[in-house]
Amino acid sequence: MSGRKIGEVILDLQNISLSFGGVKALQNISFNVLEHEIRAIIGPNGAGKSSMLNVINGVYHPQEGEIIFRGVHRRDMDTHEAAEQGIARTFQNIALFKGMSVLDNIMTGRNLRMKASIFQQAIWLGAAQREELEHRKKVEEIIDFLEIQHIRKTPVGRLPYGIQKRVDLARALAMEPEVLLLDEPMAGMNVEEKQDMCRFILDVNDQFGTTIVLIEHDMGVVMDISDRVVVLDYGKKIGDGMPDEVRANPEVISAYLGASH
Amino acid sequence: MSFFIETLLGGLMTGMLYSLVALGFVLIFKASGVFNFAQGAMVLFAALAMARFSEWIPGWLGIDSRFLSNLLAIAVTVAIMFVVAWLVERLALRHLVNQNEATLLMATLGITYVLDGVGQTIFGSDIYKIDVGMPKDPVIMLEGVFQGGVLINKEDFIAAAIAAVLVAALTLFFQKTPTGRALRAVADDHQAALSVGIPLDRIWVIVWCVAGITALVAGIIWGSKLGVQFSLSTVALRALPVVILGGLTSVPGAIIGGLIIGVGEKLSEVYLGPFVGGGIEIWFAYMLALVFLLFRPQGLFGEKIIDRV
Repeated sequence: MSGRKIGEVILDLQNISLSFGGVKALQNISFNVLEHEIRAIIGPNGAGKSSMLNVINGVYHPQEGEIIFRGVHRRDMDTHEAAEQGIARTFQNIALFKGMSVLDNIMTGRNLRMKASIFQQAIWLGAAQREELEHRKKVEEIIDFLEIQHIRKTPVGRLPYGIQKRVDLARALAMEPEVLLLDEPMAGMNVEEKQDMCRFILDVNDQFGTTIVLIEHDMGVVMDISDRVVVLDYGKKIGDGMPDEVRANPEVISAYLGASH
Repeated sequence: MSFFIETLLGGLMTGMLYSLVALGFVLIFKASGVFNFAQGAMVLFAALAMARFSEWIPGWLGIDSRFLSNLLAIAVTVAIMFVVAWLVERLALRHLVNQNEATLLMATLGITYVLDGVGQTIFGSDIYKIDVGMPKDPVIMLEGVFQGGVLINKEDFIAAAIAAVLVAALTLFFQKTPTGRALRAVADDHQAALSVGIPLDRIWVIVWCVAGITALVAGIIWGSKLGVQFSLSTVALRALPVVILGGLTSVPGAIIGGLIIGVGEKLSEVYLGPFVGGGIEIWFAYMLALVFLLFRPQGLFGEKIIDRV
């Protein structure tokens, strides 16, 4: 943990409530995320973790509450807007473009930064070509960073699960986001893959200073890499603090272990 | 033998036109998962606009040259197809995001009627001619090889060349440009595409524009061969078996499927027709599509759908 310095609040969620019909997915949840930190959201199945992430990312629109991102107050986010504002994400059930190569997948992450008009692109004018090369260079850096050089031309659908997750991360990184949302980055991985992923998450945070919000099911992994942890259970916040504080919190223990009272 | 080759070539030419219409289907399906029933209506609409504007423009602007007035008419029609694409997105698709496929299909069925109706209201419902100066005279080829040679329309050759150029251009556009990449991304996964900041609404307008342009090319070729009339709209129905054959998600599939059906229709009509009393041309394509649905539902080149259980 060398270069990074935890800064001001970059993302602040206030009294967020979200329901689907009668199901209350999130109830009055507030927490904040500081610049450059690794913030984890944990909780048992169905706790509302993914819903929370989808609220930040603008997939779901909360009925109540306020989202303050970089000082701007808003009722909800819009997915495209979130991307423009510098929020990138990965998906729990990998949502890569399966028919496309690894390289093309990651290049889509540069989409917002491409300025050449469709007409320039269509006739492959100088500007469009130069731009493509520039972005390609950046993408190659990310590919090196995540150690996926050897598969850059392979269609994503053919890759093993653990590697696909890495490509998903690469695509999000290609956006050069300020905030990176990771939806269960380690789900379904074996121990070795988990260790790799942990290393990449820490490196991204350290080298690029990217603020990371991650959801994880597995408490062990999260406690090791996070600065602060929010715990959700049945759509309610039951804990918030440093990993050690959270670990010692009786409510959290009971939610996870179903301990008797 | 030369008769066989003439039949074959005739079939290929018809097939190429099917391919062009099928291509419109595939483009839209790939990018938005919508089966666009209105593709045929778009062909008719584009062809009507083209036919009428090339007729009106010389009068309005006092242009004498047929080439220039055709060029202007094409430009105006392209612009109109852009507006159609934009309106379709604005008025229909935008409100149907995340609805199920049947809903979207019904919406395009609605668009078909609107386009047919509006097109004929504005441009009239007679039979019109498109004359882009395609040479009509036949040439006789391969005289040295077969007795009497093979009779071919020059027009058909030019049409085939135009279609080939269009397909090549589209392939390059899809494979090599960032917008093409974004289009493929949207086709693959809407949610993920949104998350990297690809604007769905803009992409849809682009796709419908491209489909509009292929409709125009199909309309011009077909119209200059057979005249522009309402039956063009039902061409969509002929292209339907083509996409089943070729696979809904495959551009090469649309082209090869079209050619197979065109050739199959003609050859079966000529060689099987006398035995079963003719009329094979009308149902051949659908029969072939049925067989494919039974044995290879994803088509020749379509992606096999494998669901995780």
